[in-house]
Amino acid sequence: MFSSIMSADVRGIVGVPIMVETDVSDGLPGITMVGYLTSAVKEASDRVRTALKNTGISMPPKKITINLSPADTKKEGTGFDLAIAVSMMCSLGMFPKESIQQMMFLGELGLDGSIKCIRGVLPMAELAKKQGCRVLILPKDNEVEGRVVEGLTCVGVKTLKEVLERILSENFEIKEHQVGMKRAEDKELPDFSQIRGQEGLKQAAKLAAAGMLNLLMIGPPGSGKTMIARRIPTILPPMSREESLEVTKIYSICGLLPPGEALINTRPFRAPHHTISVSAMIGGGKRPMPGEISLSSYGCLFLDEITELPRNVLESLRQPLEDQQVQISRVGGTDVFPANAMLIAAMNPCKCGYYPDMNQCHCTSTDIYRYLNKISMPFIDRMDLCVEAPRVAFDELTGEAEGENSAQIREVVLCAHQMQEERYRGTKYRFNRDVKGADIEQFFFVGKKEKHLLEEAFERLNLTARSYHKILKVARTAADLEESKEIQERHILQAICYRNVDRKFWAV
Amino acid sequence: MQNQIHKELPKDIRYIDRESIDFPSKLLELPDCPKGIYVGGALPDPSRKMVAIVGARMCTAYGRATAHHFARVLAANDVQIISGLALGIDGAAHEGALAAGGKTFAVLAGGVDICYPRSHIGIYEQMKACGGIISEEVCGCPPLARLFPKRNRIISALADVVLVVEAKKKSGSLITADFAAEQGRDLFAVPGRLEDVLSEGCNDLIFQGAGIAISPERMLESIGKTPKKSDNSMNDVQNVLAREENLVYSCLSLHPQSLENLCRETKLSISTVTEAVMRLQLRGMVQEIGRNRYFLKKN
Repeated sequence: MFSSIMSADVRGIVGVPIMVETDVSDGLPGITMVGYLTSAVKEASDRVRTALKNTGISMPPKKITINLSPADTKKEGTGFDLAIAVSMMCSLGMFPKESIQQMMFLGELGLDGSIKCIRGVLPMAELAKKQGCRVLILPKDNEVEGRVVEGLTCVGVKTLKEVLERILSENFEIKEHQVGMKRAEDKELPDFSQIRGQEGLKQAAKLAAAGMLNLLMIGPPGSGKTMIARRIPTILPPMSREESLEVTKIYSICGLLPPGEALINTRPFRAPHHTISVSAMIGGGKRPMPGEISLSSYGCLFLDEITELPRNVLESLRQPLEDQQVQISRVGGTDVFPANAMLIAAMNPCKCGYYPDMNQCHCTSTDIYRYLNKISMPFIDRMDLCVEAPRVAFDELTGEAEGENSAQIREVVLCAHQMQEERYRGTKYRFNRDVKGADIEQFFFVGKKEKHLLEEAFERLNLTARSYHKILKVARTAADLEESKEIQERHILQAICYRNVDRKFWAV
Repeated sequence: MQNQIHKELPKDIRYIDRESIDFPSKLLELPDCPKGIYVGGALPDPSRKMVAIVGARMCTAYGRATAHHFARVLAANDVQIISGLALGIDGAAHEGALAAGGKTFAVLAGGVDICYPRSHIGIYEQMKACGGIISEEVCGCPPLARLFPKRNRIISALADVVLVVEAKKKSGSLITADFAAEQGRDLFAVPGRLEDVLSEGCNDLIFQGAGIAISPERMLESIGKTPKKSDNSMNDVQNVLAREENLVYSCLSLHPQSLENLCRETKLSISTVTEAVMRLQLRGMVQEIGRNRYFLKKN
């Protein structure tokens, strides 16, 4: 008897339907599995047969053929086990085909018939809804994740026996409960008020958060660069549901969802060590998995000591930073992952870290030149803001005065985000950083007086044409922070102050 | 052999033999006088005073500004400036002299046709027109480390006065100072703060009896020249500054300050400080070093 049921796989960050077809016929007894399968999928036949036996279902001496369709795409992983088992039970005539119509099955089987959790449930659950499924049967451990998708009955199961009972009794009732949305505030997060001094750095961080701009911090060791970076996610406004969903999907695919948490609603903050490889940074592997740049989507990717990062890793970031997505092409096809994080990079000004304090710096100019040359100019060009992180004086460190806290700053940043949302409504842009090409003149309009100031600055400071757009971008963000409709002189001056570095930066 | 060298010389480089009448007489006083020198551009004018300005390659903003200022004022008063074309103080001195439209000379360790460091190619080319490049090594000779102390003796020998702007305790500039003492040249040093590593050498020279370089005008007097009056327009400019700008300006010095320090000292908000400091920078009164470190530009 033939049966066909639906399961799913993940490509990039979207689910794709996979039909599991089983046929039981007379012939030499055995199980044949076809459909461009990797060994993890092929091994399913042994897992399923044993799991069925241990659930109390004996296999008749028949020839069983299983096909995973479409048969021309490579299938990996263990998520098809449950679908294969159910399909076999159906083919053996244990229940009619109609009883499993419009249902999707996901899960890995243990030999004892237990059902274990899998990766990438959220995109597959979204697919189930899109395909018009009424019920999604999935591992109990993945239940909360699946429930995020509204309008779909997600039934978490622990054993194969439970699945069989539910199908036979047609009981897909679930105890309704609200998906646990953990508030960001519930968790212990660092706060901006813990930072004493560093006014310039804080202001640059505010600008970066407001326009989702890339920030480069330069300073000696121990000046608080990492401290600031860790606090930037706390001044970003909360994520929208769509943003949360997308972030959760990426984490779901990587199997990084914290247990029991349905939706990630704190902005991601990733700080990979500088020994990271290219594949770990932008994603990769035989079956491409998202890398750090995708894992930090809608949040911050913090790269400390960028001069220590392998050059090819830094260069590989260039395209994703520009396009806000990563394309990974392998023999089996091309996968696309989102990459719209803001990049926060930190570095020392020289090898010993103390330049331009000549009492402590003992580098020669060749040392400094060599040190800076580790970062390519095209990479530096991707940064929008650059600020010094000076060493904090002792009295400042111990001073009583406490600065603004994260919640206060977040309010201001939220206003700036809203201003941008209004401005770019109906366009393909979302933040100031996205605006490109001819639209720059339109959205970043400057008056006559301001234009004159810009021209003067260009002459005096030997700026490049490239930095012109960057300065406008930052000036617009500074204006947004003050809820000002026009870009004023003080916004431009601020933008110039935090302008990007050029090659002559350290020239003594 | 001489002829052979002459044949191989690039077009704009001359060889001047010790026997030639053009050969600088000051060099003849040296016990190890070079057999001849190679010159790109002109030779120093023996009728005019010559001041050597030397110092550390990795100098502070203070040192750079001081070297530039001294060279500019001295050159404006018809004094020739000689140095070694190195990064830091040397380069600043050449630039200062060129800015005043004066004559400036560089003595290279390697061949005259090799601009070392490469980044000073701009000054190098300018100096061929407004001064000259001098070396005792043949053209094409790379600037080897052992040649530098040798070249320092020529710098001090060609000068009437040697000024050390910034030097660490053990440095090439002090070698030049030693040569100057041996050759009987007047020696001046720019004083610095006691805790500054880069002023240790200079302060030490002063302790040993070198002249204190308080201002270029005083130096001019000591070599028997009356300084021309320079217009002190900077103080007038300060009067037209806005209140905040004035406040920030008064907190700045030749030692670079971070935004952080300016904020704390002026008690102004960060955005006001950045605005004021940028306006000052655009007026050309303030310079930036590294990122977000500001110091006064001496005029």
